[in-house]
Amino acid sequence: MATTDIHAAQHVHSHDEHGHDEHHAGNFWTKYIFSEDHKVIAKQYLITGMLWALLGGILSVIFRLQLGFPDMDVSWLRPVLGGWITEDGKLDPEFYLALVTMHGTIMVFFVLTAGLSGTFSNFLIPLQIGARDMASGFMNMLSYWFFFASSVVMFSSLFLSTGPAAGGWTIYPPLSALPQAIQGSGLGMTLWLIAMALFIVSTLLGGINYITTVINLRTRGMSFSRLPLTIWAFFFTAIIGLLSFPVLFAAALLLIFDRSFGTSFYLSDIYIGGEALPNVGGSPILFQHLFWFLGHPEVYIVLLPALGITSEIIATNSRKPIFGYKAMVGSMLFIAILSFVVWAHHMFVTGMNPFLGSIFMLLTLIIAVPSAVKIFNYVTTLWQGNIRFTPAMLFSIGMVSFFLTGGITGIFLGNSAIDIQLHDTYFVVAHFHLVMGSASFFGMLAGIYHWFPKMFGRMMDRRLGYIHFWVTFVGVYLVFFPMHYIGIAGFPRRYYSFTNFDAFSGFSDLNQLVSIAAILTLSAQFIFLFNFVYSIFRGRLAPPNPWKSNTLEWTTPRFPQHGNWPGEIPAVYRWPYDYSKPGAKEDYIPQHIPYSETPESNLPHENELIKLETDQASGHVQEGHRPAH
Amino acid sequence: MITLIIGLGVLLLLGILYLIFRLTSLVSLAKDTSRDEDEEEVTSGNSVNAFLFLVFMVVGLGLFFWYSFTHFDSYSPPVASEHGAWTDTLFWITMGVTVVAFTIISIVMFVFTYKFQYRKGRKAKFYPDNHHLELAWTIIPAIVLAVLIFTGLRAWNRITSPASEQAEVIEIIGQQFAWSVRYPGVTDGKLGKYDFRKIDGINEFGLDLSDKNSFDDFKALELHLPKGKEVLLMIRAKDVLHSVYLPHFRVKMDAVPGMPTQFKFIPTKTTEEMRKELGDPNFNYELACAEICGRGHFSMRLPVVVEEVADYEAWKAKQQPWLKLNPDYLSKVPVELRETAIIKAGIPAESVMELPAAATTTMGSH
Repeated sequence: MATTDIHAAQHVHSHDEHGHDEHHAGNFWTKYIFSEDHKVIAKQYLITGMLWALLGGILSVIFRLQLGFPDMDVSWLRPVLGGWITEDGKLDPEFYLALVTMHGTIMVFFVLTAGLSGTFSNFLIPLQIGARDMASGFMNMLSYWFFFASSVVMFSSLFLSTGPAAGGWTIYPPLSALPQAIQGSGLGMTLWLIAMALFIVSTLLGGINYITTVINLRTRGMSFSRLPLTIWAFFFTAIIGLLSFPVLFAAALLLIFDRSFGTSFYLSDIYIGGEALPNVGGSPILFQHLFWFLGHPEVYIVLLPALGITSEIIATNSRKPIFGYKAMVGSMLFIAILSFVVWAHHMFVTGMNPFLGSIFMLLTLIIAVPSAVKIFNYVTTLWQGNIRFTPAMLFSIGMVSFFLTGGITGIFLGNSAIDIQLHDTYFVVAHFHLVMGSASFFGMLAGIYHWFPKMFGRMMDRRLGYIHFWVTFVGVYLVFFPMHYIGIAGFPRRYYSFTNFDAFSGFSDLNQLVSIAAILTLSAQFIFLFNFVYSIFRGRLAPPNPWKSNTLEWTTPRFPQHGNWPGEIPAVYRWPYDYSKPGAKEDYIPQHIPYSETPESNLPHENELIKLETDQASGHVQEGHRPAH
Repeated sequence: MITLIIGLGVLLLLGILYLIFRLTSLVSLAKDTSRDEDEEEVTSGNSVNAFLFLVFMVVGLGLFFWYSFTHFDSYSPPVASEHGAWTDTLFWITMGVTVVAFTIISIVMFVFTYKFQYRKGRKAKFYPDNHHLELAWTIIPAIVLAVLIFTGLRAWNRITSPASEQAEVIEIIGQQFAWSVRYPGVTDGKLGKYDFRKIDGINEFGLDLSDKNSFDDFKALELHLPKGKEVLLMIRAKDVLHSVYLPHFRVKMDAVPGMPTQFKFIPTKTTEEMRKELGDPNFNYELACAEICGRGHFSMRLPVVVEEVADYEAWKAKQQPWLKLNPDYLSKVPVELRETAIIKAGIPAESVMELPAAATTTMGSH
C-alpha cells in the first residue's frame, strides 16, 4: 500500500470510491457473511438488532392493545397468533405474559445489548482508536455467529405450541422452573436458557475483543486521555459485561439443573398440581441475587454506550468541546464500579434481610451523583454552542431528556421505604423504560444517523429523520409519562386486566392514550426503516467528513476496505474535542492534525507538545502495515 | 370498528408521509445541487427544530403540571396505615425536590437548545471545563441525596423493626391463583406449625396436627384487620413466588416458597371510615398479587376488612376452627392430644363418635 500522506489521501478518496471495491480479495461468503472485518460484523449486528427491535416493538403493541382496549375483539390477529386468541376473540392471559416476557428479553438483550454494543463497539472502536481491525477478527466473527445462533433459538421458541418463556424477563424460579406452573416454563424456557447461554458466549467473545483492542491497538499518540468518550463508554461497558455475564451464566446453569436434573438450588417446599415436590433446601432468593448481579450492571451495559455516543454527537453538533471530559470519564467509571454493588435494590421487598436493604439503598442513591454530573455536563456543553440539529443531534438531546426524566424517578425507587409501595407497579415500568429503554434506544438511533455515512458511504434523508424524531420523541413521552400516574395510583405491572380490582379500576383513559401513542411510535419506526434501506442504495453520497467531526473515523475513505486506511494509520496529536478553538481557522481541528500545524490556536502547554510530535513522527514507520488475512 | 379506524389512520399517515418525502426529494432535485455543503447542512430545518424543542418544553411541562394538579385525587390512593403516612410523606418530599430539579434542568436545557441554535458566522465558546462548577454540582446533589437517604433509612428501619409481642399475627398463603388466610384461634392465639408435605385437597394450610397450637386455627375468606392494633402478617407461598400487596396500607412483601416472610403494620382507618372519607359506600380494601405468578396473576384478589378492635374480636370469636369443620382430620392428631384437640376445636361429640378406631393404628405406624 502506498504510504501517502493522509491529508492527500483524504482528497483522493473524496471522489467516488466504488471502483476499488473489487480489488480486495474475498468472495461473497467471506466478505459479507463470515467476514472478519469489524465494519461488516457491526452491520450484521445492526441489522439483526433492528429486526429484533421491530419484533420487540410489535409484541409490545399487541399487549398494549389488550391493556388499552380490553374489550376489543382481536380475532383479526388469529391468522398470526392462532390458538393464542381465545374463542371470544381475546388474547390468552398466558400468552399476554409470554409477550411481556419476550418483549423484555428481546429489547434488553438482543436489541440494546447486542444491537447497541455489538454494532457500535465493533464499528467505532477500531475506527476511532486508529486500528486496522479488532484484536481478533476471528473471535469477533464467532461473537456475531453465536449471537445469530442465539437469535435463531430464541426466535424459534416463539413458535412452540406451549409458547415461549412466560415468567417475566427476570425468569424468577420457581415459576420458570416448573412447567406445571405455566406452560411457557416447558420447552419455551429451555430454549430461552439455551439462547441466553449462547448469547453470553457471544457477549464474552465480543467483550474480550473490545477490551484487548482498546488497550493494545491504539494508534500512535492515542493515549487514554485522548480517547473519544464513545470509546471510554464501550471500554467500560465491555468490562462490566465481562464481569457480570458469567454470573448470569451460572444462574442459568443452576436453573437448568433444577429444571432437568432434579437439583434444588432454587426450589424448596413446593406443593403444586396436587403433589408436594421432593425439593427442599433451595432458595428462590439465591436466583434473584445471582440474576440481579448481572441484571443491574446490565442496565449500564445498555446505557453507557448510549451515553458515550451522545456525548460525542452533542459535542460535535454543538461545535463545542464536551464539558468536563475528565468528569465525564470519571462519572462513567464511578457508575461502572457502583453498578456492581447496587443489585439488591431490585429486591427490597422480596424478604431479603432489611439491613441489606439499608446498605443497598445507600449505595443506590450514590449512583445519582455521577448521573447528575453527566446531565449537568451535557447541558453545559449546549451552553454557548452553535447547535446544528442533525437527526443524530435531535436524538441525542432526546436521550438526555429521557435520561433526566427517567433517572430522577430512580431516586424514589432507590429509597427502600418509598419502594415498598412503588415496587412492581407501573411507576417502575415508566422509570426503566425511560432511563434505560428509551434513552438507550435514542442513543442507538442517534448513533445510526450519525455514523450511517461512514457505514454505508451515503447520507440518510434529513427531513425523514426529523419526522421520525419528533413522532418518536413525543410518542415515547406519551407512552411512558402517563405510566407514572398509573404507578403512583398503585397499579401492578404484568396484569392482563385490571377489572378484578376496585382499586385498579380507573385510568382506562390513560391506558388508551398510552396504547395509541405506542402504536404511533411503532409506526414512526417504519419511516426510519424506509429511510435506512432507501439511503443505503439511493442516499446522497456522503462527503468525507459530513458532520465536521474531529475523530479518526472521518479520515478513512468513503468506503473503507478491510484495514480501514489505505495507507498508514494516521497518528493522533490532540484530544477529540478541539471544536471552536479560539484562533483556529475552522471550528474544528481533527485529532490527526499536529499542534505544529495550528500555531494560531495552540494553548501555551500545547506549544510545548510540538517538540514531542516530531519524535513521535519518526519512530513508528513499521506500524503502518496491514493485517494478514 | 376501532381496528378499521386505526388501520385507515396508519395507511393515511403512511400515504401522507410518502408524498411529503417524494415532494421534498423532487424539490431538492429541482434546486441547484451544487450548493455549498455548509449551506446544505444547516438549513431552515435547524431553527424549526430549535423552536419545536421550546414548544415541546412549554407544552410538556404545562401538561405535566396541569394533569398533576387537576387529577391529583385520581392518582393518589388514600392511605390507611401508620407507616403508609410516613412513606407517603417521604414520597411527596422526594417529589418536591425532584420536580424542582427536573423543571429547572428541562427549562435550561431546552432554552439552551433554542438560544444557541446555529447562526452563520457565530463561533461557539471553547469551554472545556470549570472545576468549581463541576464540584458544585457534584456536592449539591450529594447533600440533597444524603438528606433523602437518611430520612428514608429512618423510616425503613422503623418499618422493618421486629413486631411487638402483642401484635396480631395472621398468616397469608399465596398459591396459584388465590390467597388463603389463617388466624390463630382465640383460645391460644398462636399459629400452629405446618409442613408443605402435609398439604392435601382439604388441609390447604398443611397444618401439622401434632402441634396443639393448630387445633383452634381457623381459615377466613376475607382478611379481617383490627384498627389501631399492630398486625404482623406471616407470609408464605405454596407453589411459586407471589407478593402480598395491600395498596391502601402501603404494604408489599413477597411470598416465597420455602422461606416465610413477614410484614408488620398498623391499620388506621376502618372500612366504614374509609367509605365515609371517600364518599363511596361500595369501597373495599383489597389484597392483590404483585409478583408475576402465572396465568391468573391479575385475578388474585382477596377482600380486606378493617374493623374496630371490639368488632374484630367478635368476628374472630364467631369463626369455626379448621379442625372443627374437618373432624376427619382428628385421626391425624396423636392419640394423647386428641382430647385436647376436641376441646380446643370445640368439636361436637357426635362427630367424634364417628371417628374410626383404626385411627389409633394409623398413629401407631407413624
